[in-house]
Amino acid sequence: MRASAVRKRGMVGAVAVVAALALSACGGGSAGSSESAAPLDPKADLSKQTLTVSNWADYTNPDVLTSFTSEFGTPVTMATHASNEEIMGKLTAGGDSGIDIAFVSGQYAQALDRAGLLEHLDQSLIPNLKNLYPEASTLAYDVGNVYSVPYAWGTTGLCYRSDLVKETPDSWDAILNPPDDTKGKITMLGSERWLLLPALKKLGYSNNTVDPAELEKAKELTLAAKKNLLTYDDTTFYNRLVSGESVMAVAWDGWCSYAIAENPDVKFVLPKEGSDIWTDTLVVLKSSKNKEAAHAFLNSILDAKNQSWVATTALSKVPNKASMDMVGAELAKQYPAMGMTPAEIVQQEQILDLGDKTAEYTKIATEITAS
Amino acid sequence: MPVVHGSGARRRRTRASRAIYLGPGLLYITLFMAIPMGFILSYAFLEKAPYGGVRLSFSLDSFTRALEPVYVSVLENTLLIASITTLLALVIGYPVAYAIAKLPPKWRTVAVILVVLPFWSNFLIRTYAWILLLNSEGIMNKGLLAVGVIDHPLALLYTREAVILGLLYAYLPLMILPLYASMERLDWSLLEAARNLGAGRARAFVDVTFPLTLPAAMIGAIFVFVPSVGNFIVPELLGGGKTVMVGNLVRDQFLKARDWPFGSVLALTMVGFLVLLFAVQGYVARRINIGDSRA
Repeated sequence: MRASAVRKRGMVGAVAVVAALALSACGGGSAGSSESAAPLDPKADLSKQTLTVSNWADYTNPDVLTSFTSEFGTPVTMATHASNEEIMGKLTAGGDSGIDIAFVSGQYAQALDRAGLLEHLDQSLIPNLKNLYPEASTLAYDVGNVYSVPYAWGTTGLCYRSDLVKETPDSWDAILNPPDDTKGKITMLGSERWLLLPALKKLGYSNNTVDPAELEKAKELTLAAKKNLLTYDDTTFYNRLVSGESVMAVAWDGWCSYAIAENPDVKFVLPKEGSDIWTDTLVVLKSSKNKEAAHAFLNSILDAKNQSWVATTALSKVPNKASMDMVGAELAKQYPAMGMTPAEIVQQEQILDLGDKTAEYTKIATEITAS
Repeated sequence: MPVVHGSGARRRRTRASRAIYLGPGLLYITLFMAIPMGFILSYAFLEKAPYGGVRLSFSLDSFTRALEPVYVSVLENTLLIASITTLLALVIGYPVAYAIAKLPPKWRTVAVILVVLPFWSNFLIRTYAWILLLNSEGIMNKGLLAVGVIDHPLALLYTREAVILGLLYAYLPLMILPLYASMERLDWSLLEAARNLGAGRARAFVDVTFPLTLPAAMIGAIFVFVPSVGNFIVPELLGGGKTVMVGNLVRDQFLKARDWPFGSVLALTMVGFLVLLFAVQGYVARRINIGDSRA
């Protein structure tokens, strides 16, 4: 009896400790980003620093890593994440993630900065910023590249098999109101911000809207399109186009180029109603103890030759003028989307972080997929 | 240290050895279950912070949100899919386990190894394999088209049925193994006695074999049902994201919506079902044991 009473008190104690731990761990996410960091030392010995970089798989040039380590003596460990959501989860879980540099899309960089997790960059340590197109410093998620440098950019459009569709698409209607011959052979992106993009643009709304009435209309349109879909697919839609399992896909331009590389009958078109700008960026975490090396790494990525790898191998446009001058013209012959100019890109609408309202998009996505 | 009354060296030794035996398990459960569960429980009653995490203010909003129709329907859908999967696993797994238990001993080992063999390769890869088998340009459709059974590809993939198939494939061994373990230890002389006393095959099965293997069947059912409820990979890959289960919801709340409190409530709902299931299983198993001792 006594023992069990002790045990019960023990349990209560344990729960109290757990609750206290939980409470102390959860303050994260609301810290301001204004606290001043220690100034960086431009003469720091980089060989005494190490870097852990998290990126999507196959999105970093392995040669850049080796040459960086041999030039500065800084060992670099690569980690991979499958999605923005995954790296966000790691970085916001509290405590030091151990990651110095992360590759995230622009709106996630914005969210991480709002959460107070990003180091504001010392641009004097990144002289290669001069290689960027002027437009690349005007993107709405981070005007002036305060806390991020852009790695690749592009837009979202329609990727289709010109040999297997009767009508050449030029509008989001190809997804929302498809002709009979493509019904059941269409894939859409399932990530919520892109899930609603076709409907929002078709309706002439901003793809950052948080107006409930607009979202409701976009939801209805997207829901109606579901019956004509093969599946939602963010990761293998280009394989499906190549195999002919699907004939039309909502696709990021760079990923459509993967399909074009394997089958020249695949084409990309930017719908006439307009689309988004997606930007993949590099950010340095405020928690990093290797910030000088991190800046040097960013600078090395922005080197004209290094960043051209992203265009030639990952087949994504890069916001680096020097790189595109080297390889852009040649690539545009095979991949027309590569020929899109910065001026054309910035006519589209940058996807932005919606803060609290992000959950609205998740809820709508659930309502669409669960119905 | 609690005081030990009327202490004898032996009693102290028993206590010490009990602590040694239980210690590692308790530590494990505390670290990896009790404490995380405590977090989930506390998060469920707090407000969400905009970028993940929680605000320190009490709120029951997440619980009321869980009652919104869209989430209730996801829960219903999940329970339906998991129940069908479990039922099919029982219907298929029971005869398989029975057949294995009836094999000569050396073949039993071979059969059991064959049952667990799929676990040696990665779950994700095995699930992807089904995509290759079932898609409209896949082996199944190509084969059926070639022999002329169908004239246009069937939509096998990205359906609720495909999700059930994927879950069944993944968890069937978890049904077979406990059933086999119980059948292997079954006292077959009881069955002979029943037959000698005039019971037919069917009667002997219903009155003897089935009740004796029921607790194992229920364990198997829990082993299949619980991971089926929580799985989010199969609905995503084989359901094409067109079928949402609670597992997907929980993941989406933590990673996409960054709404930890609501994710916690959904996770607690799953834990609640689990506890309920174990209670039912325990109750039935006790009833059978009482029946045994009376007989």
